[in-house]
Amino acid sequence: MTSLKRLVCTGREAVISYAAERIQNMKRMVWKCCLLLAIVHAVPLHAQQPAAAPSSQNTPSTPQASSLTNEKLAQLDQRVTAAQSSADNAWMLVSAALVLMMTGPGLALFYGGLVRRKNTLAIMMQSFMLMAVITIMWALVGYSLCFGSGMVIGEHFNTGSVIGGFEHAFLRGVGAEPNADYAGTIPQMTFMVYQLMFAIITPALITGATAERMKFSGTVLFMILWFLVVYAPLAHMVWGKGGLLNASLGGRFPTLDFAGGTVVHISSGVSALVCALYLGKRTGFPKQPMPPHSLVLSFIGACLLWVGWFGFNAGSALASSPLATSAFVATHFAAAAAALSWSVAEWIKNGRASALGAISGAVAGLVAITPAAGFVAPMPALIIGLVAGACCYWMVTRVKAIFGYDDALDAFGVHGAGGTIGALLTGVFATQVINPIFGAGKAVGGSDGHWGQVGNQLVGVLIAWGFALVGTLVLLKVVDLITGLRVTEDQEIEGLDITQHGEEAYNLES
Amino acid sequence: MMKLEAIIQPSRFESVKDALREVGIEGMTVTEVRGHGRQKGHTEVYRGREYTVDLLPKLKLEMVLPDKLVNTVVDTILKTAKTGKIGDGKIFLSRVEEAIRIRNEERGEGAL
Repeated sequence: MTSLKRLVCTGREAVISYAAERIQNMKRMVWKCCLLLAIVHAVPLHAQQPAAAPSSQNTPSTPQASSLTNEKLAQLDQRVTAAQSSADNAWMLVSAALVLMMTGPGLALFYGGLVRRKNTLAIMMQSFMLMAVITIMWALVGYSLCFGSGMVIGEHFNTGSVIGGFEHAFLRGVGAEPNADYAGTIPQMTFMVYQLMFAIITPALITGATAERMKFSGTVLFMILWFLVVYAPLAHMVWGKGGLLNASLGGRFPTLDFAGGTVVHISSGVSALVCALYLGKRTGFPKQPMPPHSLVLSFIGACLLWVGWFGFNAGSALASSPLATSAFVATHFAAAAAALSWSVAEWIKNGRASALGAISGAVAGLVAITPAAGFVAPMPALIIGLVAGACCYWMVTRVKAIFGYDDALDAFGVHGAGGTIGALLTGVFATQVINPIFGAGKAVGGSDGHWGQVGNQLVGVLIAWGFALVGTLVLLKVVDLITGLRVTEDQEIEGLDITQHGEEAYNLES
Repeated sequence: MMKLEAIIQPSRFESVKDALREVGIEGMTVTEVRGHGRQKGHTEVYRGREYTVDLLPKLKLEMVLPDKLVNTVVDTILKTAKTGKIGDGKIFLSRVEEAIRIRNEERGEGAL
C-alpha cells in the first residue's frame, strides 16, 4: 500500500512539475507574442496599449489577459452593434406599421366620411386596393426602381440620376444585411418594407380629387401606371443614391426632403389637380349640396393620420436616434399650430370654428412639416404649421372657388399646396444644429445663412410639379383609352358603392 | 275613435311622452321625420362651401284614441310640446273607421 502511495505521489509530483514547466513556457511565448503585437499596433491601438504592454516580468499574466481582452472587446463591439440594430429595427418596424395605418384606416376613414354616403365604400376600397396592388408592384420592381442603382444603357448613359435599375427586382439581394447607403443599422428588408408604406399612401391621396366619379377599373390601372411613371422616378431622384435631387448621396440639386414633401405630397397633390381638371366636375357641382356624410368618420381618420404621421416623419430618421425625436416633436408642433391657424381663419371668416376645419388644418400642418421634420427646430416647426394652416384654408375656400375646379376632397388644396409651402420653408428654416446633412459645421438652410438652399428647394419643387403634371396628364389619356375614367351619369347619381362594387355602406334594414 | 298625428320638436319628446303616460296613454308610434313649415332652415359651412338646410329634423307621434280621451291628450301635447317659438309643430286629428287587434281579431275601441 505504502509503495503504491509513494508511486502515485511521485507520479503526481512529476505531472505537476511538468505542467508548471509547460505553463512557464507558454507564458513566455504568449508574452513575446503580445510584446510583438503591442509594437506592431502601438499607434492604432491606443485604447488597448496598457493591456498589451506588461508592467513587469513578475506579472506575466497580463499579456494573456490582453488577448482575452481583445477577444472580449471584439465580442462587446459585436454586441453593441447588434443591440443598436435591434433598437433601430424595432422602431423602424413600428414606424412601418404606423405608416400603413395612415392609409388604412386613417385616410380611408378621413376620405370615407367626407363623401356622400352612396360613395363611402368606393373611396375606402380605393385606398385598400392600393395597399394590395402597390405592395405587389413594390415586390416585383418598385423597390428596385426607387432605391436600386441606375441602369447603364449603351456606353455612357446611366439612368441613376432619374430612376433605379432592376438589381433588386423581385427583391433580389434584399435581406437581413443592411444597405449602408440608406440605413446602415437595420436590415435592408426593414428599409424596403418601410419605404413600401410611403408608396402605398401617395397614390391613395390622389383619390381625394377623383372621388365620387372615377371608375374602379380606371382607378386601379391609373394608380399602377402612376406609381411606375411618376412616383418611382421622383422617389429615386430625391432619396435614391445618385438621384438628381438627392441631398446626401451626390445629387446635382440637393433638395431637402426629410419624409416626402416633394415625393409624396407635391407629387400626389399636383396629380390630384390634373385628375380633377381632366375628369371634370361631379354631376350637380357646385349647385347641388354635397356635404360630408359623416364627420365622425373623418374625425377618427384624421386622428389616426396624426398618430401615424409620427411613423412617417420620425421614422424617416431611419434609426431610433435623437434625430427621430427631433422630427417627432417638429411634426407634433406643426400639426397643432396648423389646426389652430385654420380654426382661427375660419372663426374670423364665419364666426365659428368647425371640427372639419380643425382636422383639415392639422392634416395641412402635417403635410407641410413632412419635408422639414428632420431639419428644423421646434419653434420654426410652429411657424411652418401656422403658415400652412392659414394658406391651405385660403386654397380650399377661396382659390378653389375662383378657379371652379372640383377637387372633391381637397387633395390639391391640402397636399399640393401644403407640400409646396413646406418644401420651400424647409429651405428657410433647415439648420445644421438639428441635422448637419452637408457635413459637420456646414450651413444647411437660410437660417444658417445658406440662402441658396431655398433655390435648391425651388428646383426640387418645380421638377416635382413638372413631373407630376406631365406624367399624370399622359397617363390619364392612356387609361381613358383603355378602360375609361369616369362612370356614367346614371351610375354617378346611383352612387359608386352599388354600381362599382355591388354593395352599400349602410344597410339600415338589416 | 280618432287618429292623432302630432309633429313636434325632438327636444320636447321626452316631456310629451312622460305627460302622456300620466294621463293613461299606453301606446304610440314615433317616427323621425324631416320637414319645415314657416320655420326657416339654417346654413352649414364645409370648407368654405355653404349649404342651406331647410328640412329640419322633427318627430312625428301617431296614436289612435277613444273619443273620450282625445281632448285630454290634445291638451297634454299642447302644454308639453310648446316652446313658444316658430317650429313647435302641429297636431292633426282625423276620424278612424275601425281598429282590429291582429292577435285575437278584437274590433272597435277595445282593440286600442
